[in-house]
Amino acid sequence: MKIIVNAEPHEVTAPTLHDALAELGFTSPAIATALNGSFVPRTARETTRLSEGDRLEVLSPMQGG
Amino acid sequence: MELYGQQIPSRLLLGTAQYPSPAILIHAIRESGAGIVTVSLRREAVDGSGAGFWTNLQGLDIRILPNTAGCHSVKEAVTTAHMARELFGTDWIKLEVIGHADTLQPDVFGLVDAARELCADGFKVFPYTTDDLVVGERLLDAGCEVLMPWGAPIGSGQGLRNPDALRSMRAHFPGVPLIVDAGIGRPSDAAQAMELGMDAVLLNTAVARAGDPVGMARAMTMAIEAGRLGFQSDPMDRRDIAVPSTPVLGLAEFR
Repeated sequence: MKIIVNAEPHEVTAPTLHDALAELGFTSPAIATALNGSFVPRTARETTRLSEGDRLEVLSPMQGG
Repeated sequence: MELYGQQIPSRLLLGTAQYPSPAILIHAIRESGAGIVTVSLRREAVDGSGAGFWTNLQGLDIRILPNTAGCHSVKEAVTTAHMARELFGTDWIKLEVIGHADTLQPDVFGLVDAARELCADGFKVFPYTTDDLVVGERLLDAGCEVLMPWGAPIGSGQGLRNPDALRSMRAHFPGVPLIVDAGIGRPSDAAQAMELGMDAVLLNTAVARAGDPVGMARAMTMAIEAGRLGFQSDPMDRRDIAVPSTPVLGLAEFR
């Protein structure tokens, strides 16, 4: 299915957020996720199922003021 | 200084963005003695290239204050705050809800709504706000225990645009920690904020974009300490005319 990851279209086969992150190559433990604008805790990634057209944000620590 | 029940050893809060190099950032943090540094969240590259920054910071014994910089809506700010809490392992959040793309001034209406939601959810909210007293009241009602009024627009280095408003805030909120956030350009600006009775100063660009960030970090710390001690020492009143400081009594007459 096609989903939008950090504003870029991606094709994934994994049904869950947890597996999709691995499939997309997000291996760092220092990431946080939001699906369709809502925060998805790390503990909920395995039970969060993806759907066609979902918008996924994957964020990591960055410098800030 | 105590913020949300935590003793903080320094009255400087330092931003971590825009430094010439990671090494200079770490050196500047160490040299400043800052007790809190601000950080942010951005989209992760698949190669994990952003991880080095966070690894470097974790090596320092310093408190982390994540921000919601760049968020223009309540929902964006709230979602970002939740992501930050998990990512950085802290319930402290510097809450920014930006209302205008040019001035980066806070959307104070969205700010109050987001603060209420986050405080109810257990966050310790540090709201980036204007110097408006009524907004300050609303933020305290929402559950905030700290207020962070701007000195001037973010990154402008203009210094304190409206010192009288900050003086009013100090008088109006005597027991609330007030942190000037944004607009500081020079050490004298930081000293002025502290002389007005602010509890602390949060700055980033003034240090990061200085020719010598490490030297400027030290200068800011010294200015903040001097300003604080000046405030505590009750400065003299201004006078409109000269008054001789050397005693007049016993002055010789040569005629």
